Parts: sequence; structure tokens; C-alpha cells
Amino acid sequence: MLLEKHVKPSIKEVMESGTFLVSGEIGPPKGTDIDEMIHHIDLIKDKVHAMNITDNQSSVMRYPSLGTALIILEHGGEPNLQVTCRDRNRLAIEADLLFAYTRGVRNVLCLTGDSIPVGDHKEAKAVFDCESVQLLQLIRNMEEGKDSGGNEMKGGVEFYKGAIVTPEAHPIEPQMLKFAKKIDAGAQWFQTQAVYDMENFKYFMEEARKIDDKVKICAGLVLLTSMGAIRYMNANVPGVFVPDHLVQEMSDAPKGEALATGIRIMARQIRQCIDEKLCDGVHIMAIGKEDAVPQILDEAGVDISKM
Amino acid sequence: MIITTSKPFEEVLKELEGEDKVFIVGCGLCSTTCETGGEEQVAEMKTKLETEGKTVTGTIVYDEVCHELNTKRKFRENKDAVESAEGFLVMTCGAGCQSVREATEKGVHPANNTVFLGNILRQGNFTEKCSLCGDCVLEDFGAICPVTRCHKGILNGPCGGTDEGKCETDKEKDCGWTLIYNQLEKMDKLDRFKRIYGLKNWQASMKPGKVIFEKKGEGGE
Repeated sequence: MLLEKHVKPSIKEVMESGTFLVSGEIGPPKGTDIDEMIHHIDLIKDKVHAMNITDNQSSVMRYPSLGTALIILEHGGEPNLQVTCRDRNRLAIEADLLFAYTRGVRNVLCLTGDSIPVGDHKEAKAVFDCESVQLLQLIRNMEEGKDSGGNEMKGGVEFYKGAIVTPEAHPIEPQMLKFAKKIDAGAQWFQTQAVYDMENFKYFMEEARKIDDKVKICAGLVLLTSMGAIRYMNANVPGVFVPDHLVQEMSDAPKGEALATGIRIMARQIRQCIDEKLCDGVHIMAIGKEDAVPQILDEAGVDISKM
Repeated sequence: MIITTSKPFEEVLKELEGEDKVFIVGCGLCSTTCETGGEEQVAEMKTKLETEGKTVTGTIVYDEVCHELNTKRKFRENKDAVESAEGFLVMTCGAGCQSVREATEKGVHPANNTVFLGNILRQGNFTEKCSLCGDCVLEDFGAICPVTRCHKGILNGPCGGTDEGKCETDKEKDCGWTLIYNQLEKMDKLDRFKRIYGLKNWQASMKPGKVIFEKKGEGGE
């Protein structure tokens, strides 16, 4: 028997009704002290349609995404379960998905996963038994009642299957081909890697629409918090590019106003996405500053209860 | 070519604790090329061990230490030195070391770390292009292996960690998927890139690998 305790509409219902999706993110902590995470869940659960839970983000061992998804459900939020292929082979992923489905998880975000050497367990063995495209296919097979070994299951699953695309990837051509493959493999919607340059994002959306004009795409927005963070991202994070005019805006911020400036920038970007109908939603990544999410949405004039 | 690197000498000395009479084995093929177990390195090792008070009962360098029958024959040919040794220091790959294991009941110690099946770029510069997956996919990817040259070994295109053709794990390393894309584009075969590759059959490389060819008459074994 499935657990039926959803308070919120699913991401699929929001998307298919044509509503602009507002998604937030919960980054589980390292350890069992989950009070702050629960505080963040309670703080944003009614301000966003769904919360994406990172899965050992950046290859750093943390409280699990699946456990966090259940906590979000218990608190009346809508979880979007990230599943990466770095730490689990196909058996483990399938078993986790069976469990997730029976406990009421309806959304899965399929990722390959970061590299082991970028994280805090550098000597661990990377799994990558499958990757994002194969994971999407694997879920589609499970939805048809079969596991990846081709065996019949007693009871299948049904998920709204999401995936990631990187608009600022260099070179972009292979990225766009992979985007198309993800759609072929069953992706129903996309969150993008962080985008800052809205002109580049517009161009990406035009290209993406040429490949598929129905698949839903949400702009991934990461909160700028300091000049140090910008310098780090521009130098070290592949597929993330903060353009000069935003670097200038952040560097012009008076002392102590960097976060407020970052909030203003993100609010403006959300507003632009909605007003110019650039995409189907936004995914807000406040990374450590989840307390700022209500203010970001306020400044953007976004209230999901009125959308 | 099996690529090996030398273990630190201190580690080798620790391995040989309690065994004062040592016989050294080197290989004329891969570890000669890697300069980890050729004639020169075996001679150097002999001198260093003697300086540390060890007695080297003999040294031998021959082709294919991994050939177990050959190794047993070489040991018989060097009976006196082999029998007077308390332990064997093997300056080859792990396969050679375990070949020596089959030839003696005494202590067998690796002097090298075995790192990968490598291509030789130039003297002392090796790179891994094949990881012996047992189910070759080179035909589909313009003869560039995603299983090996992408550090995640993924089969459906680059991950988010690629940047300007380099890998996020090491900016000196090419992104295998960018190489594959460029190659397929050059060959006008991007349809191969667009195809979805299903889950890989890892059973094809299940350990320990074993291949036995049927006898084909003369020349076969």
C-alpha cells in the first residue's frame, strides 16, 4: 500500500497546469544534527512548490537525500529526490527507488554525480555503474514493471523524471546532444546548472526549444554571497560563469551588503524569467543561505499561493 | 604495456625484514621500459640492498616473468642462487610477482606498484587508454574509449565536470568525451553520439579473468 499523505501538488501537476514552478533546495548536513535542516524545510516548504534534496553533494558524505525526502513529506513539503550514480550501483539505486515510491516520493532528479576527487572521501571507489541517461532509462523500465535485469517486479514505480543541463558548458554542442538523449531516455523536465548571464540563457533556451518545445525547463539560480565566491566559481566550477556586470554590481556593494546585493540580483533574475516567459520555472539554490529564500521571493514579488 | 612504478625503498626494506638472503627478479619487457625492473634497476637494487647488509644470492632479468612455466624453468636454471635465498624481491608487475609465487614456497615481495595498461607517449611518459573492460566499445566511439578516457567511464556523453575540453579532476587531462565528440564530428558520425547506450555488461570483466583457447594443432599449447 502506498503512503498517501501529500499536502502539496506534485511538480508534474504544477508544470502541467502551466504554473511557473518555484523550486528550492535542501542540502543535508554532515551528521545527525538535523535541526537546522528541518528549520530550513519548515521555512520554505510553503514558499516553494518543491524542494530538491542533494545526494552527497560535491561528493561530500552527508545525511542521505532519501531520508531527507521523507522528512520533507512528514513536514508537508514536496520533495524532489536527487539520485546520483556515483555511490550506488544499479541494484542499490533500484531498491532505493522502490522504497522512495512506496513512501510517497513522486519526483526524481537524475544525475551522474560529481567526481569522487572533488569531495571529502578522496580514496573512495567511484561506482558509476550507470549514468544520468541510463538512470532515466532504468526508471522508465521500472515504470513498465521491470528492473534493469529484465525481471518482472511485483508492483512498479511512477516518478516525474527530471534531469540536469548545463547552458554554460564549453563546448556546448555535446551538452545539447546529451540534453536530447536525456529527453529520449525519459526526462520530462530539466533544472539547469547555475545560470547568471540571462542573455546566454535566452540563447540556450532558443536552442533547447529547437530540440524539444514541450519539455519543461527551470533556470537554476545560485545566490551570490560574496566576491570570494564569485572568484571561486568563475575559476573552478565548470559550466558556471558570472558575467562582468554582475561581478561589478557585487563589487560595488557597500561593506556588509554583499548578501543583500546577491538577493537583489536573484530576485531580479526570477522576475525576468517570469515576465519575459524565458522558461517554465526557477530552481533556487541558496547554498547555506536558505534563510534568505523568503526574502528573495518577496523581492521578486513571487507568492506561489497566488500563481 | 603494463605500467609499473617503484615502491619507496623504505617500503621494500620493510617487506624484506627477517629475510637477509635475497634473490632479485626483473623483467626484460614492461618493467624494463618503465625503468622499474630492467637490468640497470636490478643492479642498483642489488647495491642498495647490500649497503643495507643484505646478501643478494643472485639476480635475473628475463622476458615475460608473467609466463609461469618460463619462470619455473628460469628458477631451475639458477638452482643454487634460488635455493640459498630466503626471499625473492620481484621488480615486475603484479602478474610477474604472482608468477614467482607459483615457482617458490619462500617469501615473495613486490618492489613495484602496478598501475595500468598503458600507451607509451615517449620515454618515461605513459597514459592509460584501455582498461580491459572485456566488452570493447571502441567501434562506436571513433576508437576513443569512454570507459577509460572519461574518468567516470560513462557512455552517453560528457558530464557537467567538463570544461574547455579538460576534466574537472585534473586540468592537465583531456575530457575523453570532448575527444570522442570531436572525432565523431570529423568522421561525420555524430549519429553514434546521439544513440543511447544501455547499461554496460560488467560481467565481461569479472575477476579473476580466465581465457582458455581451444588447441589449434601445431603451434597451439
